[in-house]
Amino acid sequence: MRYLPHTSEDIDLMLKAVGADCLDDLFSTIPNDCLSKDDLALPEALTEWELDSHMSTLSGAMAVSPDYKVFMGAGSYEHYIPASVSYLLGRSEFVTSYTPYQPEVSQGTLQAIYEYQTLAARLLGMEVATASHYDGATALAESLLMAVRITQKTRVAVSSLIHPFYRQVVRTYFEPTGYEVIELPYLKNGLTDIDGLDELNDLAAVAVQSPNFFGCIENLKEIGEKVHNKEALFITCFTEALSYGLLKNPGSQDADIVCGEGQSLGIPRSFGGPALGMLASRKKYMRSLPGRLVGQTKDLDGKRGFVLTLATREQHIRREKATSNICTNNSLCALAAAIYMASVGGTGIKKLAELNHDRAEYLKQELKKAGFRISFESPTFNEFVVEFPEGFDLVYDRLLKKKIVAGLPLSIYYPELVNHYLLCVTETMSKNDMDALVMEVKS
Amino acid sequence: MKELIGTTGLILNEPLLWEKGKKGRCGFSLPRRHVESFPLDNELTGEGPDFPDLSEVDVVRHYTRLSQWNFGVDTGMYPLGSCTMKYSPKTNERQAGLSGFAGAHPLLPSDLSQGTLRMMYELEQYLAEITGMDAVTLQPAAGAHGELTGMLVIHAYHKNRGAQRSKILVPDTAHGTNPATATLCNYRSIQVNSNEDGILSVESVADVMDEDTAGIMLTNPNTLGLFEENIRQIAEIVHSKGGIVYCDGANLNAVMGIVKMAKIGVDVMHLNLHKTFSTPHGGGGPGSGPVCVKKHLEPFLPVPRVVEEEGRFRLSYNYPQSIGKVQAFHGNIGVMIKAYSYIRSMGPKDLKKASQLAVLNANYIKESLKDTLHLAYDRPCMHECVFSDEKQKDDNVTTLDMAKRLMDYGFHPPTVYFPLVVHGAIMVEPTETESKEDIDKFIEAFKAIANEAKENPDLLHDAPCKSKVRRLDEVSAARKPCLTG
Amino acid sequence: MKEISELNLPTDLRYAEEHEWAKLEDDKVRVGLDDYAQDQLGDIVFVELPKVGDTFKKGEVFATVESVKAVSECYMPVSGEIVSVNNSLEESPELVNKSPYGDGWFVVINPGNPSEMDTLMTNETCLKKLKGTE
Repeated sequence: MRYLPHTSEDIDLMLKAVGADCLDDLFSTIPNDCLSKDDLALPEALTEWELDSHMSTLSGAMAVSPDYKVFMGAGSYEHYIPASVSYLLGRSEFVTSYTPYQPEVSQGTLQAIYEYQTLAARLLGMEVATASHYDGATALAESLLMAVRITQKTRVAVSSLIHPFYRQVVRTYFEPTGYEVIELPYLKNGLTDIDGLDELNDLAAVAVQSPNFFGCIENLKEIGEKVHNKEALFITCFTEALSYGLLKNPGSQDADIVCGEGQSLGIPRSFGGPALGMLASRKKYMRSLPGRLVGQTKDLDGKRGFVLTLATREQHIRREKATSNICTNNSLCALAAAIYMASVGGTGIKKLAELNHDRAEYLKQELKKAGFRISFESPTFNEFVVEFPEGFDLVYDRLLKKKIVAGLPLSIYYPELVNHYLLCVTETMSKNDMDALVMEVKS
Repeated sequence: MKELIGTTGLILNEPLLWEKGKKGRCGFSLPRRHVESFPLDNELTGEGPDFPDLSEVDVVRHYTRLSQWNFGVDTGMYPLGSCTMKYSPKTNERQAGLSGFAGAHPLLPSDLSQGTLRMMYELEQYLAEITGMDAVTLQPAAGAHGELTGMLVIHAYHKNRGAQRSKILVPDTAHGTNPATATLCNYRSIQVNSNEDGILSVESVADVMDEDTAGIMLTNPNTLGLFEENIRQIAEIVHSKGGIVYCDGANLNAVMGIVKMAKIGVDVMHLNLHKTFSTPHGGGGPGSGPVCVKKHLEPFLPVPRVVEEEGRFRLSYNYPQSIGKVQAFHGNIGVMIKAYSYIRSMGPKDLKKASQLAVLNANYIKESLKDTLHLAYDRPCMHECVFSDEKQKDDNVTTLDMAKRLMDYGFHPPTVYFPLVVHGAIMVEPTETESKEDIDKFIEAFKAIANEAKENPDLLHDAPCKSKVRRLDEVSAARKPCLTG
Repeated sequence: MKEISELNLPTDLRYAEEHEWAKLEDDKVRVGLDDYAQDQLGDIVFVELPKVGDTFKKGEVFATVESVKAVSECYMPVSGEIVSVNNSLEESPELVNKSPYGDGWFVVINPGNPSEMDTLMTNETCLKKLKGTE
């Protein structure tokens, strides 16, 4: 087997050096009643070429572009990924290295992650960003726990227009803690209803997503003011990182902690994972941040270098008093995002975000012209909700056979929204694709 | 002294991204407009982020240079204890990159996602077989995340029986994630000390196990590289008081096809696909931490679960007792594909062989270096062994010094200062993908370093000297953190 | 690290089990970490102090001290209310290393039970204890 270099000669020499007669002898400390008697019941090994063939078959049974036109976002977005990004991510010094605990031989990863932290902080308008987390949902859960730690209060409020799966993850994380999660309802215009905050007291934090699950852009400044009046921390989250290429960033709207999903930044959708949890906060909350942080420093010769720092927050030192149990930082995904942000650049990202907005807006207008109701009047980024007529599910199924996925039906997540569909358009959906969709749904 | 592996090379300096570039440059091919402009209200739009503007050449040179400052498994031996830095097969990368896998939206109707769903279902079956468990979830994103999931399942189990407990037993050799995870689940960690043989004794567990203890978090083999020989009796004691046995599966590389965890008393465990199952470490992730459970814990697993009906696969949320979700979507599919490909490429015989050879390599290193370095426990080890700097005390040389000098010899240092029960611990895990010649070079290097410790200790104190940077000032980095540029 | 004989343990102070020092100043007690503690911890990077007005019992954790690779808890040598906190430690935690008995002081306490001072060790007893562990 090409991954097992030992020849039988090697094995004999090594067994001799160890004082064992055969490989089984090496397991003599394992009590007999713990040893497995049977071989593993797994399929026999495939050659590399058989594997290629098998995986090609599996991969072929997936509905992806260019064959299929999938008008879905809802936390997972299709964006063009430059060949340069994929190419650089293949460099095995990045791929096969581990956590940079020995900084002298990991400066590549460390500088790259320091750069990622900086670009992430700039994207979100915040003072400090972590080296990243598993995904947007867990980053939100960690942000809320962070707020509880900082304020020592045990109640949080979250908007019902935060991604339903994100809210579910929060509830799962909060279940053993006994902390209270209150959901804020939404208004007819597709934005969060914050009036309920007036009655709530002792809040650690209030969390709102923008653009929200319906694609609508929340009025963060107004919400932030109200939240701060309640002496709670203002947490904003997002699922479409690219939106901040165009929209006012959360930092400028007085967010205390910002969290969300960075998959749009050069990471393929991959059926939902791996993803990129982004988390940033004000500098004053730095020591309460969960997860890894890379800092700049100097070496013995005075040369600039980078190290993991503020490690005393983390599990390997603080153990049961750590800010989190997290031991990873989805490093390769953070690297992908950094390379992507570097490639798109400051000038490019604004143009790309505008294009996303405008393409989605075009589809919205065409659907309006075709007589369909746009469910919420608030401005949106690259997703919006359409109300299709009764019986549209039959049309939806017909379109699936034509290789068009006409959005995400919302009734599973919002039972009051039967026949409402969440549609997403990015720069990858052409005008022709959109015209075809409109034509199909009209008929 | 033969020529060292570690030489100097032409490694170029490279500034930070925002120290390069020129306004107006772009490394991205902007798609054509095709639609008119629909400007948003000024109230909503901002300036855009302050990113540098770089050309494609700027970006490619930048990251190519940065990559050259890194040491990876593909560069050389990376014997990090408890990390299982085995070789990451390249065909796995090819499979994960196939456009059908990479481009799929997670919420596609099941009819349009049979390929990935089948892969997930089969992977669950394989992992269940290897561990002997009844049910698997692939949702957790990493080992620590799998630990959290497992502990949340335990928490739900006790809640469901109407009697929540407040404590959990954690051995002194446990990885830091274990007590940190316990805290996240509102459990107080009660430390259980290992005996003079480096394993847990039945009495020490019996002494503290009671009906207010949710269970025990074991690692087997433990972080000293030793098999927890008393695990069956320990499991019995925990079970007799209604507790659950959790196993941290980080060290599974020692026992694939040799021990099935379910058969020795484990109720729930997590696996690290990025350790045992060869998926690359990526400089610190992404990983994948599937959780395997026995039947009585199955109802609590996160949703959705992958179900099979007459050869077709779909995702089901119909599990009313589920703990919910631990990640937004279904887990790190991109990582799973690599582990799946690895298991299909190795097959049952070679997976067992991998464990046997991993254990052989570790014992070989143990025997070869035990006269040079102090061996913490002079007994047969599993896939890793633990030394300390006891013998180098008189030379005024520490574990840290030796680790730093190893870099000059062309090796990544082993894990140092963990586990905490051994002062100045040096935990070496070669894995099965290291050849005898490379291991012999490693042994030679360590012997040379021990010699240098006696004859010329400053070589160690000043090490490393061949790397891109020398020892870094971590004190200033912590006193005055500079986390953004 | 220093040899026992190199340690500085002033005679006019009292010492607790976990190496906090206490100095009677009129009716208040000033507290810090002794030379042995700062030497063992190494370069201190961060000190987390309580707030003025917080009260603690003797033996309770009132502060934490961090080096790069470790965290240590500090225990109240006597019970009381915190009346003053050394804010310079936020910017300059290294003062604990450089001047443990001077500028590196931690807090000033209004003691609830002044007789507790007598339960603390003199510098001689402290030294003897350290030698005992040698």
